[in-house]
Amino acid sequence: MKTKTFQLIPARPAPPPPGGLLHWLRTHLFGNPLSALTTLVLLALLLSTLPGLIDWAVLRAQWRPDAEACRAEGMGACWGVVAEKYRLIILGRYPFDEQWRPVVATTLMLALLVASCLRRCWRPWLAALWLLVLAVFFTLMYGNVAGLSRVETDRWGGLPLTLLLSTLSIAMAFPLALGVALGRRSELPAIRAVCTVYVELVRGVPLVTVLFMASFMFPLFMPQGLTIDVLLRVLAGITLFAAAYMAEVIRGGLQAIPRGQLEAAATLGLGYWQTQRRVVLPQALAMVVPGLMNNFIAIFKDTSLVTIVSLYELTGALGLALNSDADWRAFKLEGYLFITLIYFGFCFAMSRYSLWVEQQVNRGRAR
Amino acid sequence: MSEPIITFEQVNKWYGPSFHVLRDIDLTVARGERIVICGPSGSGKSTLIRCINRLEEHQQGRLIVDGDELGDDLKTIHAVRQKVGMVFQQFNLFPHLTVLENLTLAPVQVGRLSQQEAVERAMQQLERVRIAEQAHKYPLQLSGGQQQRVAIARALCLTPKIMLFDEPTSALDPEMIKEVLDVMTELANQGITMLCVTHEMGFARAVADRVVFMDQGQIVEENTPHEFFSHPQSERSRDFLSKILGH
Repeated sequence: MKTKTFQLIPARPAPPPPGGLLHWLRTHLFGNPLSALTTLVLLALLLSTLPGLIDWAVLRAQWRPDAEACRAEGMGACWGVVAEKYRLIILGRYPFDEQWRPVVATTLMLALLVASCLRRCWRPWLAALWLLVLAVFFTLMYGNVAGLSRVETDRWGGLPLTLLLSTLSIAMAFPLALGVALGRRSELPAIRAVCTVYVELVRGVPLVTVLFMASFMFPLFMPQGLTIDVLLRVLAGITLFAAAYMAEVIRGGLQAIPRGQLEAAATLGLGYWQTQRRVVLPQALAMVVPGLMNNFIAIFKDTSLVTIVSLYELTGALGLALNSDADWRAFKLEGYLFITLIYFGFCFAMSRYSLWVEQQVNRGRAR
Repeated sequence: MSEPIITFEQVNKWYGPSFHVLRDIDLTVARGERIVICGPSGSGKSTLIRCINRLEEHQQGRLIVDGDELGDDLKTIHAVRQKVGMVFQQFNLFPHLTVLENLTLAPVQVGRLSQQEAVERAMQQLERVRIAEQAHKYPLQLSGGQQQRVAIARALCLTPKIMLFDEPTSALDPEMIKEVLDVMTELANQGITMLCVTHEMGFARAVADRVVFMDQGQIVEENTPHEFFSHPQSERSRDFLSKILGH
């Protein structure tokens, strides 16, 4: 019998994917009866709502800040409310003549946040920049130096307050959460117990309660004459609250690291902290990026709850702006749509950024 | 004979209250000796070698590694781990680090080498396992055999006196077993002390100074490979050999 020689068939390029709009429509929207039905139902829904919406929001809308005109028969959306009240909505009760200060402070803060997201800025000087920007932020907002008048923290409000609360509480809650997550897996029973009790306790209470306690009950326990600013107390409250949730998300990632990784690190002589820092956390955090971003976004929106302790951040400032003014009170909906847009802008940016981070940290997994 | 590098004296270990996984283990390993440990699954082979670098702790008896008696003292454990390298069945490379970073991590963090020294040493070891061209890839981009060779190189970067292999070829495709065994054989010929849990009897025959056969937590037989394969002393060893060599 003759032996066959093995001949490798040369690799050929894959056939070009079928193109064209028609093909796309057929496969994506009308692939099967159910898909076709869904497409038609959604199309019908769009057709029945969209014209009305456009008519209300654009065609019949009133753009000028004219309350009389807004109230006229047959008027659509009254975007004039935004034109009239935007300073109050975005900056809250901050003294009107001094409002350049929160604007500058917020712009700096936003620039800092954007810089922190860029890979080429991940250098030691970024930490220094954070301290600098926060110092400038507080100085500008609080004043009382260099000819700036003093503005107490309870007058701070609107977007600057929302940004300040969420940035600081996320920045402080994250390291705390790391510690708690590691603590819950500690071999020392005391540490484990403390961390577990903390997480369970905090998760068992609504944020509103935490804020109430921080704002009203905490001062009762303080020694006479010693007061801590309500803003700081609320900040601490949100931080402690957020850290408990974040800790559990991180712990989920820690659980997912195979035992073998720890054993390999141990046999290489790496100590506990070296193992966590170099082996466990990079992998664990990479896995929980979506969950963490969930937390970050939730914190950002949860800051709206500080209204109940009379700090008027974005949502609170809107209420403040419209409730007190009988002329404009009727157009709350438009106001809410306006801040919805602001919230959405931030949250959407965060979620897009999280996708990018996921891509970055998963490079090792790509084939 | 010079002082042994590893000594087990009446070592006992239990998992939980009743599972007696190592029973009265007595074993001495001479410097430079190459030992293959075999036996049915669940016989305690892996547990035995994992005691040597304290991945498992023994509850009774004495275990002395290169002059250090293993106990609860963390310093001793750390000192022993510096001298003992280990290769696992599942490779256990760090997937978020490149091959080179896997190799330099411990020398820089633990061995206090400069980054440059660590990289030089890592490249030498990668040459040794013939995989230097993959230094900048991530582990999951490599084949199983390549990953295991990287794992061997990683252990060697800490210049251990003893190498432990825990079924290093069991998770590999048949075609890749040879490339790993070749590397291990070369290593064996360079005088490092080796303890290897494996079912590769060809490797045992070619490389081992001694074969240790275990069953149910006990050492049943210690013998030269030649004697072990041609004249096994116990009924149990004969039975085991007939099962793994019979097909």
